[in-house]
Amino acid sequence: MNGVRIITARWDEPDTVWVDRYVATAGYEALRKALKMTPVEVIEEVKASGLRGRGGAGFPTGVKWSFVPQDTGKPTYLVVNFDESEPGTFNNRELVERDPHQFLEGAIIAAYAVQCHTALIYVRGEFLWPGQVLERTLAEARGKGFLGKDILGSGFDLDVILHRGAGAYICGEETALLSSAEGYRGQPRQRPPFPAVEGLYASPTAINNIETLANVPHIIANGAKWFASIGPEKSPGTKIFSVSGKVVRPGNYEVPMGTPARVVIEELAGGILDGAKLKAWTPGGSSTPFLTADHLDVGLDFESIAAAGSLLGTGAMLVTDERDCMVEACRRLSQFYAHESCGKCTPCREGTWWVERILERIEGGSGRPEDLSLLDDLCLNMLFRGFCPLVDGAVSPISSTLKHFRSEYEAHIRERRCPFSSRPPMRSGLAPPAEEPPAPSFGSGPESVPISQVLR
Amino acid sequence: MGVLSPELREIAESIKARYPTGRERSAILPLLYLVQSVEGWVTREGLHDVAGLLGLTTAEVEAVASFYTMIRLRPTGQHVVAVCTNLACALRGAGAVHAAARDALGPNCGSVTEDGMFTLHEEECLGACDAAPVVTVNFVNFDRVTAEGIVELVGKLRRGETPQPSRGTFPGDFRDASRSLAGLGEAE
Repeated sequence: MNGVRIITARWDEPDTVWVDRYVATAGYEALRKALKMTPVEVIEEVKASGLRGRGGAGFPTGVKWSFVPQDTGKPTYLVVNFDESEPGTFNNRELVERDPHQFLEGAIIAAYAVQCHTALIYVRGEFLWPGQVLERTLAEARGKGFLGKDILGSGFDLDVILHRGAGAYICGEETALLSSAEGYRGQPRQRPPFPAVEGLYASPTAINNIETLANVPHIIANGAKWFASIGPEKSPGTKIFSVSGKVVRPGNYEVPMGTPARVVIEELAGGILDGAKLKAWTPGGSSTPFLTADHLDVGLDFESIAAAGSLLGTGAMLVTDERDCMVEACRRLSQFYAHESCGKCTPCREGTWWVERILERIEGGSGRPEDLSLLDDLCLNMLFRGFCPLVDGAVSPISSTLKHFRSEYEAHIRERRCPFSSRPPMRSGLAPPAEEPPAPSFGSGPESVPISQVLR
Repeated sequence: MGVLSPELREIAESIKARYPTGRERSAILPLLYLVQSVEGWVTREGLHDVAGLLGLTTAEVEAVASFYTMIRLRPTGQHVVAVCTNLACALRGAGAVHAAARDALGPNCGSVTEDGMFTLHEEECLGACDAAPVVTVNFVNFDRVTAEGIVELVGKLRRGETPQPSRGTFPGDFRDASRSLAGLGEAE
């Protein structure tokens, strides 16, 4: 059912969290091999593999490394982005909890490639346990000579700083992450200069995601050709898809890029709970536009998903079924973006706040017919108008539900209630929607209980 | 005076030393966690201590501290209970779990309960959606929590029992979790 597993291959064996077992399963052999190559050869190999960043943007990893200048006289840094917080995404966490040396080996190879001697791992603050796993992992790696001075006798030195965030979604955006790591509010910065040139401490910096780095040892060990032969030409390799919501078996599933969504949702994740029909799914987290049952045969790779009108993002598949209200789904996600907007720019700070108010009143039964065109207009004034991509992500659930499920919005406004709830319609549009809790509007199955009995 | 004892000031210096020379400002978050591990939240005096350690003004430290939800600038319960209600958890019944938590914890649980024991958070995605609905207590995860489950969990904490999280070990309270977040925790 799931033939190609590269970066999750060790997950079946719990002991590989420990360095001895990792080494016994060919761990750190790629590092030995890389240290015998020149840094430029390592970059060329990763470039030739076609590996693209798994954090959402999909930028070619080797190309990114080649942008890091070596002649500035400043130290160079590698920053590992482990601030996983895109709603629906949980593959970095599991990669760290189950096989922490794998991405670390990739990080050491990356550091060697960009010739840096200090790497910083930015761990999401809420990840208390994964952070503790990393402390143990780093201590083990230092003890075995994979970190520190003169790694494996190569003359290459590398220290790793473990740095914890403190609860801010925006810090997953790379320039906001850098601000945060430097001890400031986690707000994004103007680009250019790009982090490759002026990143951490205004020095040349490579920033990579955990899943991206987890692929690196395998590319070095097995060669660029091997990696490039997996999946579609422009999106080679495998990808871990984090499936959640109304599926029978939520979880992380690694498949070759280009695998049809149907295989992941219906076969690996076991299909929809209670035999219900799928209604909508995101390919890459809440910031990527919802797709529908009509898109289940689309291949899960950067190009195919873009052609279908969405984005591959982080590979987080949030799945809803026919019993779920898409207006409520969109309202809850909009609440998230309003909460997480960093406040730096107006389209995002104001836009996300107003959108949440409007969706609240539609879901609560006091929406106005003109609200839909107002939402359309707000989306146009937010998309690509913000300082960073957070606001574009905030638009995705709104514009895509308005596109695919407009009739649900219209039904809410017409019936003055959520049609997915059993509550009576509001008697008058004058009643403030916050006076009573809104009706539960996600359909119930054996394992799912109605939500939103509480209105904030 | 200040919040940090001479012993903790030494630890604070070692936290600063994790970062490259001249880049000690990077230690602001771990130092705030350190202060939080002493006070249970971060008071003005605590902000002042961090400012002194980094050669910043208290206002500069507060500007950073107020940006991050895990740095608590107001009184906080001994245990911080967080219920994720973002979409993946909502689809699996998180609304009922959050409502049950509110009922079980009682008045003022959004800030701090009258007995000083609890603060309840409606949390954003905690990155464990396969285990929805997700609850964390002092930042350790409890998977697939039901409305009955959270009532039981709160009961255990009230009785002073140590619940078994789904992964890792339970930090005694929010202060212990903050100490671990300062990078001083045990990996055991």
